[in-house]
Amino acid sequence: MGNNLDALTTVFTEFYYWVTVVFMFLIHVGFCMYEVGASRRRNHLHTLMKNTMLIPLVTITFFYFGWWIYFAFPAWPMSINWEAAAPYAPWSENMGTHLGDRLTGVFWAAFLLFSWTAASIVSGSVIERIRSGAFWILAVLIGSFTWIIDAAWGWHWDGWMVHILGYHDAYASGVIHAIAGGFALGVLVVLGPRIGKFADDGTPRDIPPHNTWLVTIGLFLIYTGFWGFYAACNVPIISPSGIDGLITGETWTATNIYLGPTTLSAITFNFLMSLSGGLMMGYMVSKGDAFWTYSGGLAGIITASAGNDLYHPIQAMIIAGIGTWCAYKLHFWVERKFKIDDAVGAVAVHGYAGFIGLVICGFVLWGAPSSPYDGYATVNPLGQFAGAIIMFVVLGFIPAWICSKILNAMGLLRVPKEVELLGLDFSTDEAYEAAVAEVQSAEKAGL
Amino acid sequence: MSTIGYDSWAVDLADVGAVYPFQGTEFVMVIIAVVLWIAWQIWAIRNENADIQHDIDVADMKKHIKEEVDRY
Repeated sequence: MGNNLDALTTVFTEFYYWVTVVFMFLIHVGFCMYEVGASRRRNHLHTLMKNTMLIPLVTITFFYFGWWIYFAFPAWPMSINWEAAAPYAPWSENMGTHLGDRLTGVFWAAFLLFSWTAASIVSGSVIERIRSGAFWILAVLIGSFTWIIDAAWGWHWDGWMVHILGYHDAYASGVIHAIAGGFALGVLVVLGPRIGKFADDGTPRDIPPHNTWLVTIGLFLIYTGFWGFYAACNVPIISPSGIDGLITGETWTATNIYLGPTTLSAITFNFLMSLSGGLMMGYMVSKGDAFWTYSGGLAGIITASAGNDLYHPIQAMIIAGIGTWCAYKLHFWVERKFKIDDAVGAVAVHGYAGFIGLVICGFVLWGAPSSPYDGYATVNPLGQFAGAIIMFVVLGFIPAWICSKILNAMGLLRVPKEVELLGLDFSTDEAYEAAVAEVQSAEKAGL
Repeated sequence: MSTIGYDSWAVDLADVGAVYPFQGTEFVMVIIAVVLWIAWQIWAIRNENADIQHDIDVADMKKHIKEEVDRY
């Protein structure tokens, strides 16, 4: 820190990311409430612990190799940038208590919370029949490996997708949501539906959440955490000389992850307007169903997120509505057509909405600069469509499908049929009831 | 003598870098940490397999499944 302005900027940036991390923790609280509410009573604790334990597993593996990948792989597989990634290897001094580096820890944590989110999106789809051990392997695969590859490629100022495709995804329609939706679909294809989900003639049955209230409050908390997520996607303050690109003058600004200028005010407008567009469409298309209205709000934000650094708020609202309508319709069409049992609609809300959001962004922001640096392709529909395929299919669906096939072949993916019917909390519930009976009889003996 | 490399804060902080204990052992710590992670994953899978087998062994399937399904 050379002078007082540098010091203030550094400490402000450090505090800014720290606050976003705390806010983003609410995403995970929301996902846990949402999943537990959606599961049946006999699967509560299994559902909760499956999701909770992805936190430490993704955290430690993101420390071991995920963070390094982000800096090493912007041009991979063509090349690996060993030099740029060296400070972020787990044995680097920067990855610890270091008085000369006040930003690596909070920046790492902001990305880590995205990693949890990616894995947690998948978690809801597969409840009530996946083995926890299998899910945790899959969680590490997406949380510390495939999503951070997509971030290096398409969510890094120097990523090859930004250079060549003009890929633009400011608030992660693709790099978090499309990949997680595609990943969930890859697992679901191998995992299969819950017992009773489909009638003999293939007609899908509704498996109602045991607690709709908990589900909707969980989604409210996810919205809240999403505010932090949006802020965390920005660089809060930087000078034109700090960017070292084509921007002229002396005006300091906030930027998106590509170092292109935006403002917190802009994304606040667009977050709220896209939330509103999604909620209104969700309510309309589902005819007032609480679950799909709340999910519609989320799908709306996700659809508009790719371009929410630059959209007009009314554009954000309309785009959100379109994405929500498509996600809702596609969810039920895929369910009927391919017998996919996505317990919480995550493939639709995150995957289809994210995919559609990327494509729409290519048209609406056509010709806008993807970077403040020279020599980058501008935003365009073809580049965005290719990006959506890379996110949903190449880094989402395919790795999940392959890993699930391997786990399934080893007998590790799904619980046995009788245990699924018995409920995944059977032994925990038995122990609980035995303890209650013992205490009650001891208390009564003292009367 | 200090595990963190400093036994006094009478220093110019601009010259201070890492201050965690046992600097120089980072690579060994990473190896230990990776082994712990893999061991935990293996333990978790074995523990879950045993838990599932226990449920199959002790449950009176017809009776318990009916009760649990009714409970929803």
